[in-house]
Amino acid sequence: MEHRIEKHIELKAPVSRIWRAITDYREFGEWFRVKLDGPFAVGQVSHGQITYPGYEQLKWQATIQKMEPERLFSFTWPQSKSLDNPDYANAPTTLVEFRLEKTPTGTLLTLTESGFEKLPADWRLEAFRRNDGGWTEQMKNIDKHVAQNP
Amino acid sequence: MSRRIPKLSRKRQRAPDSPDAQATIFAALGDGTRLALIIRLAGGQPYSISQLTTGSRLTRQAITKHLRVLERAGIVCCAHSGRESRFKFNPQPMIEVKQYLDHISDQWDESLSRLKSLVENDGG
Repeated sequence: MEHRIEKHIELKAPVSRIWRAITDYREFGEWFRVKLDGPFAVGQVSHGQITYPGYEQLKWQATIQKMEPERLFSFTWPQSKSLDNPDYANAPTTLVEFRLEKTPTGTLLTLTESGFEKLPADWRLEAFRRNDGGWTEQMKNIDKHVAQNP
Repeated sequence: MSRRIPKLSRKRQRAPDSPDAQATIFAALGDGTRLALIIRLAGGQPYSISQLTTGSRLTRQAITKHLRVLERAGIVCCAHSGRESRFKFNPQPMIEVKQYLDHISDQWDESLSRLKSLVENDGG
């Protein structure tokens, strides 16, 4: 069984464009659905507020790990057990990495999220059950909305 | 002399929130011997420790230790029949972990598709 999530996506835009979309805090916020307080900086904690409809009470927090221009952007973020009263200070973290590679047609983006083996089993189940259904379903609704209202 | 400390008392000394007690499913699965035990048990039929030791190069003690790790993670459960313990596979925790990762994976798919729209539709 895999301990990590890995995604590959081909984007028809130059590496420099993707780099901006993932590391400029306003652009990141736009597609990730989070309102960030300020720019990303290596070693710094990034704070913000989730803007996803129905989840606006959730805070975003991540520690920026690496910013190697047009190559690698990574951060760790806490996986809090409770959504209502998150204890980010003591929560285990997972590592998110974005890797960019130039291709003949644009850019290959590889996203990985790892560290799930650090989460206690009972904890994972609770977090999953709390989120189950609503989040994914709403994500799909928004995509539909955007597609119909370009 | 200290080696004579009975196993049970060692188990009881373990704090409930120690890393060891937080047996995670991934940690339980991250070992070749334990995976082999799961494959053997996955047929659904319960096995005794003796049966699981037969044909293995490991000692009964080593097999027992691995079974306890799997038991703490909820992947196998132990039932006593007479003097013997029999171990049975419980697929539920593995199914739930897979569902949890699938769920996070779906979230990334959705986010990345929004990223794709953003970078491909803004005229560069």
